[in-house]
Amino acid sequence: MPAFSLTADPIETSPSTAQDAAGGYVVFEGRVRNLNDGREVRSLEYEAFDELAVKTGEEILQESLAKYPVLDAWCVHRTGHLQIGDIAIRVEVASAHRKAAFEACAWIVDEVKRRVPIWKKEHYSDGDSGWINCEAPSDRGYEGQ
Amino acid sequence: MKKIKVQYYAVFREKRGLGEEVVETSAPTAGDLYRELAAEHKFTLTPGLVRASINLSFKPFETELRDGDTVVFIPPVAGG
Repeated sequence: MPAFSLTADPIETSPSTAQDAAGGYVVFEGRVRNLNDGREVRSLEYEAFDELAVKTGEEILQESLAKYPVLDAWCVHRTGHLQIGDIAIRVEVASAHRKAAFEACAWIVDEVKRRVPIWKKEHYSDGDSGWINCEAPSDRGYEGQ
Repeated sequence: MKKIKVQYYAVFREKRGLGEEVVETSAPTAGDLYRELAAEHKFTLTPGLVRASINLSFKPFETELRDGDTVVFIPPVAGG
């Protein structure tokens, strides 16, 4: 249910991202969904090539600061076994104005998904499981391609 | 022959059955090593879908391997 409210109390936020010059702050949280490609997902696992994932992630954040007029950017990605609703990734961007914050945040999410060496294994309600983007029917011993 | 440390992740780790090993190989390039390992351990991902990391940097498959390199073959990623 969408809801709009007013408050006279201070609205809470993440203190570590506050900067006097930052008029805009955008957060994206990618969460574990219960459905993928029409299949019911029970849980999933993320595995990372740790050192290269952190190195590549930091390069992406540095690139975002060069590409967009933003003040700062942060990203955290979860590894291990996640349940439905768990946060897989959080990206935060602070900038003077909101347009750059929205654009930089979207770009960072896209680049993380494209470049960072992290892999996802989904576990389905029917008991099957598979590495996303990695497995073809032939890998599971089916006949032919 | 070169001694190359190979690390495996995700679908390669499961297929190979371990996370890392030192292989002795005469494969000149990363791509040659991938084809060698793929044939031996029945990796089914075609080379075009796989990236290589050599000593913590993404490198083209044509990159020549040197003794002591650490190589990771990176299957299609799915983070975020």
